[in-house]
Amino acid sequence: MKMLGSDAILRSLEAEGVDIAFGIPGGAILPLYDAFARGSSVRHVLARHEQGAGHMAEGYARASGRVGVAIATSGPGATNLVTPIADAWMDSTPLVAITGQVRTNLIGTDAFQETDAVGITLPIVKHSWLVQNVEELPGVLKAAFHVAQTGRSGPVHVDIAKDVQEAEFDFRYPEDVDLPGWKPPVRVHPRQIAAAAEALAAAEKPVLYVGGGTINADACTELRELAEAGGIPVITTLMAKGAFPDSHPLAYGAPGMHGSKWAMNKCDLLVAVGSRFDDRVTGKLSAFAAGAKVIHLDIDSAEIGKLRRADIPVVGPLKAALGELATQVRKLRASNGKGPEAWRRQVDGWRDEFPYRYTKSDNLKPQTVLESLRDLTAGRDDVIWTTGVGQHQMWAMQYLVCDRPRSFITSGGLGTMGYGVPAAVGAKAARPDATVVCVDGDGCFQMTCQELATSALEGLPIVVVIVNNGWLGMVRQWQEMFYDERFAQTHLTHQVPDYAQLAEAYGAAGFTVSSEDELEPALEEALSCGRAAVVDARVDPEEKCFPMIPAGAAASDCIEFDAEEWVEA
Amino acid sequence: MTHTLSVLVENRPGALARVSNMFARRGFNIESLAVGPTERPNVSRITLRVDCAQESIEQIEKQMHKLVNVLRVNELEPGEAIERELALLKVNAPADRRGELLALAEVFNARVADLGPNAIIFEVVGSPEELDSFEELVRPHGLKELARTGRIGLARASTARAPRRQHVLR
Repeated sequence: MKMLGSDAILRSLEAEGVDIAFGIPGGAILPLYDAFARGSSVRHVLARHEQGAGHMAEGYARASGRVGVAIATSGPGATNLVTPIADAWMDSTPLVAITGQVRTNLIGTDAFQETDAVGITLPIVKHSWLVQNVEELPGVLKAAFHVAQTGRSGPVHVDIAKDVQEAEFDFRYPEDVDLPGWKPPVRVHPRQIAAAAEALAAAEKPVLYVGGGTINADACTELRELAEAGGIPVITTLMAKGAFPDSHPLAYGAPGMHGSKWAMNKCDLLVAVGSRFDDRVTGKLSAFAAGAKVIHLDIDSAEIGKLRRADIPVVGPLKAALGELATQVRKLRASNGKGPEAWRRQVDGWRDEFPYRYTKSDNLKPQTVLESLRDLTAGRDDVIWTTGVGQHQMWAMQYLVCDRPRSFITSGGLGTMGYGVPAAVGAKAARPDATVVCVDGDGCFQMTCQELATSALEGLPIVVVIVNNGWLGMVRQWQEMFYDERFAQTHLTHQVPDYAQLAEAYGAAGFTVSSEDELEPALEEALSCGRAAVVDARVDPEEKCFPMIPAGAAASDCIEFDAEEWVEA
Repeated sequence: MTHTLSVLVENRPGALARVSNMFARRGFNIESLAVGPTERPNVSRITLRVDCAQESIEQIEKQMHKLVNVLRVNELEPGEAIERELALLKVNAPADRRGELLALAEVFNARVADLGPNAIIFEVVGSPEELDSFEELVRPHGLKELARTGRIGLARASTARAPRRQHVLR
């Protein structure tokens, strides 16, 4: 069918089943927006900053399991998308970033709003394309969606010259991709599964170390089958929160710098599932789970042996791998009659000995805010949490209860402050019936709060709870603990801006609380008001996040919470 | 330890940039690199020389396999591959030294590509190690300029099997 390149982009998105795209128009992408004006079943959500559009697309992808789409113009539009693309790269979030590029005859001339966008995103995408010929456009878009969501999911970037969008051609969307070099594994080697099953059935102290790849692979049911088949304690990383029900008796929390540590460090068999031995998880690598045998399951063979040697590598789709492993472990356990009960008792003991805890005082404590949110939403299966990055994120990981996959959306690998608000808007777009709550820090909120306008105007109401300690709290914590309390450039103040007033200015409801008495009513009203809402919870600026394993240190160097009186999570 | 990798890539814009970027980004150094066409019109061969540990070469191969434009990665094992390089050397050659240089060139099968009143350009093809030797021997005469192509290689035809370290997913 004869049509313009710009219309062909939308017909391609429609063919891929895209229902929503997030973006901002600009010079080099104007023809595409003109095509939106001509009509499409793809809804366009207008962000206020391209970074917001990118994080919205990520939040959409994380909440739905589908590919997120972000659109921006050339030059600054494209560079503003770089942070979300990098974020999606680190957390393996399927994302198609579409940018306009200057006309083909201007490429390379330092034209207005020209950047080498493909060059800039090169190290942080699975693949990218600069489209200079309209005939290539459908095949490129087909390939882009295919690459983004096959194998280890992640971001791709399609940069499309303006004159390509304006050119007329005979459009046909291809049914197949032509990518001879793209061959992600589609099956698992049976011998590796058998070896893993035998090791698991024989282990006395096994632990499942579960990462975000498990959610990406839609393998959470199979994970649960495996854990239950072997009675194996499950540790979920920040990215995997919700992959295994937090309220399950085999759930033993998160690993890492601010998590629980003993199960992983005393185990004799560490089963890494879609996780990548990130330094925030392992601390000092040589001391991490020292002496334990390692089974590593991952769709990406490059992750296996990258940081920790795997005794039994299992490359392939996790859903099939975990399902088959569960079946075999169940059989082997039934026949050998052994189980890790003694180990379970030991791990339970550590859990009882080292709960998350803090001391209450006259000041509102940040942990109390998280506990209130947890209690107010207890038993609900329609809540999606997003977070920024920092102390509030770690407290959210520690205190919130997530029993379903895709209910906890956060920036793990890149640690992108400002992720929470736009990711929440994107999650709301993906799951309009859900109550989407962004637990944010005051520093994070100020990086992307302009997207409250998007939330208010696009009918995508979110609840933002700012754990406002008036500081760049995690940095302050490091300065206090490791830089002799030299608090350089971390004080933001509780008062400026007035977040409730700012919320009102954006068309959202605003609440300010600074005591435990005020907290719950405000949270309740924010959660039920049906429109975008911001709760500014002014908390104790000096509260620190514990336990803490200093960067590069071993679990044995962990700094525990230390006080005379405390409350437990 | 130094490794030679033979990488088949789709002949598309940016394919080389993606490969070299991966090396830079992950902190691996490329010692030599040669790119050229193959028997297939849409496929180019990149021959890379890398000095790194065995674990690193495995990581490099796996990371390269994830690049969409990369079709195949082989490590060429010394002894199981034919490796060649071409060098052009412009050497000081006043009339009274020419004879000595030409005799030296004959030993290495170096050809005279150009001859001027005071200099000769030699063209020599061989294993990179042979080129090193030739370079060392002519250097005392005054090596004015040197250009080398970087090594290329193919698995031997005389060994029936495929190159030993062909990457397999495991």
